[in-house]
Amino acid sequence: MPVDHTKNIIEVRDLSFAYGQTPVLKNITLTVHQGDYLGIIGPNGSGKTTLLKVMLGLLTPTSGTVKLFGADCLGFKDWSKIGYVPQKAINFDPLFPATVREVVAMGRFGKKGLLFRLTDEDQAVVRQSLEQVEMLEYQDRQIGDLSSGQQQRVFIARALAGQPEVIFLDEPTVGVDVKAQEQFYALLKRLNQELGLTLVMVSHDIDVIAHEVTELACVNQTLVYHGEPEEFVKGDYLQKLYGKNIRQILHDH
Amino acid sequence: MLSIFEYSFIVRGLEAGLLIGAIAPLIGIFLVLRRYSLIADTLAHVSLAGVAIGLLLKVNPLFTAILASAASSVAIERLRASKKIYGESALSIFLSGSLALAIVLIGLAHGFNVDLFSYLFGSIVTVRPADIYIILGLGAVIGITILAFYKELVYISFDEDAAKVSGIPVKLFNTVFILLAASAIAISIPIIGILLISALLVLPVVAALQLKKSFKATLLWAEVISLSSVLAGVVASFYLDVSSGGAIVLIMLAVFGAILLAKSRAKK
Repeated sequence: MPVDHTKNIIEVRDLSFAYGQTPVLKNITLTVHQGDYLGIIGPNGSGKTTLLKVMLGLLTPTSGTVKLFGADCLGFKDWSKIGYVPQKAINFDPLFPATVREVVAMGRFGKKGLLFRLTDEDQAVVRQSLEQVEMLEYQDRQIGDLSSGQQQRVFIARALAGQPEVIFLDEPTVGVDVKAQEQFYALLKRLNQELGLTLVMVSHDIDVIAHEVTELACVNQTLVYHGEPEEFVKGDYLQKLYGKNIRQILHDH
Repeated sequence: MLSIFEYSFIVRGLEAGLLIGAIAPLIGIFLVLRRYSLIADTLAHVSLAGVAIGLLLKVNPLFTAILASAASSVAIERLRASKKIYGESALSIFLSGSLALAIVLIGLAHGFNVDLFSYLFGSIVTVRPADIYIILGLGAVIGITILAFYKELVYISFDEDAAKVSGIPVKLFNTVFILLAASAIAISIPIIGILLISALLVLPVVAALQLKKSFKATLLWAEVISLSSVLAGVVASFYLDVSSGGAIVLIMLAVFGAILLAKSRAKK
């Protein structure tokens, strides 16, 4: 897929969001271009996950707009262009009776429309998606029996099975051990660079994410920083965001 | 000894039982996986109020039970979604509220002329000829709808947000599903009884879940467990002259226990 870095995939304009009377996001404006690998970071309670959910139309903004592929996200119809990997650790039921293949097949459902059954062609896409994340040999295993890192790769495969143009990931490495995290980030980098997939990832893991992404947005109610990760690390944004001794904390890792 | 099939009420009881036994896991698997098991119990109690209204107005109690259960299911969902009160609180308000209504109505009518016991615990004698048509008609609607939207319901149960992002109208499906569940619960009353319905919906599914199979295989196993327990339960209730609901649920429990036992043996 030829990547056009000037094409706008997501346009967030003057976005504010509040839960009841409690403001969570204020006046956020940012644009994601095709082929971007955007990391959204911020402290706990900064509204970064809320921002992702508003972008996906799961929450309705109090004011401002979100456009996906040029269309307002509240009336957006073309959901098959979008893949979503939710916060696994919280949402996932390990006893759910499903094989890896069944989980990945769910990624095809949005494309099929109601009342249509999956065809051999769909099954081929499911296989291919599992191959891309190197999980094909696990296709008949129970999803609950896999390790966290493997489960997370299966959820990526599910997003890939929908053949999206952009994938949103919400804290995908929570509960995943360090070695599996490295493999996971390598996989994301490959998807971004080789397949030209646009990625939007929310994370609290500033140190790691700053080395992986091509664009960084730092949120704490307002958009504190948006630009290249290198500039962010050089500047004193971290102190603004987390208080004084954050550099010390990062170096101690 | 008289053959079991020489009694028309037994044949009716078996027909109704097997229909309900086939529908129950289709509804039950989604209720269990979405942690909605308690809704079944609540809607069953609401159905009792419906039965009381039917008996008072002298219309088919099954009919009023379906209406009461369906209306309350939507109201419960609204109340839960509004987040003004906790989900379990909404359930217990409806559960005890409808039980209170049922008791008062029954008192007003001086106990009616029917055996309340058979509505509470199920009896094959309770199944009226007209009920078979209601159960058959509604059962077909429930079964076909669930199978038609099977893949969407599976996705919503597994991951509601991701299902929404993939463009599935989750809200609509939740409403349709809860209406189907409410109807399934109401039509199960004559044979299983109000107090035992949630066991019918939950037990075969929970037993099948222990086998750790794919979603499809789990559903098939739940069907096998449900249908064979219903068949055995109805036959046992005829020969032993005991409540059909009680017999069915005890057999399901025995199957569940046997699976658990076999699993712990296999581990050793």
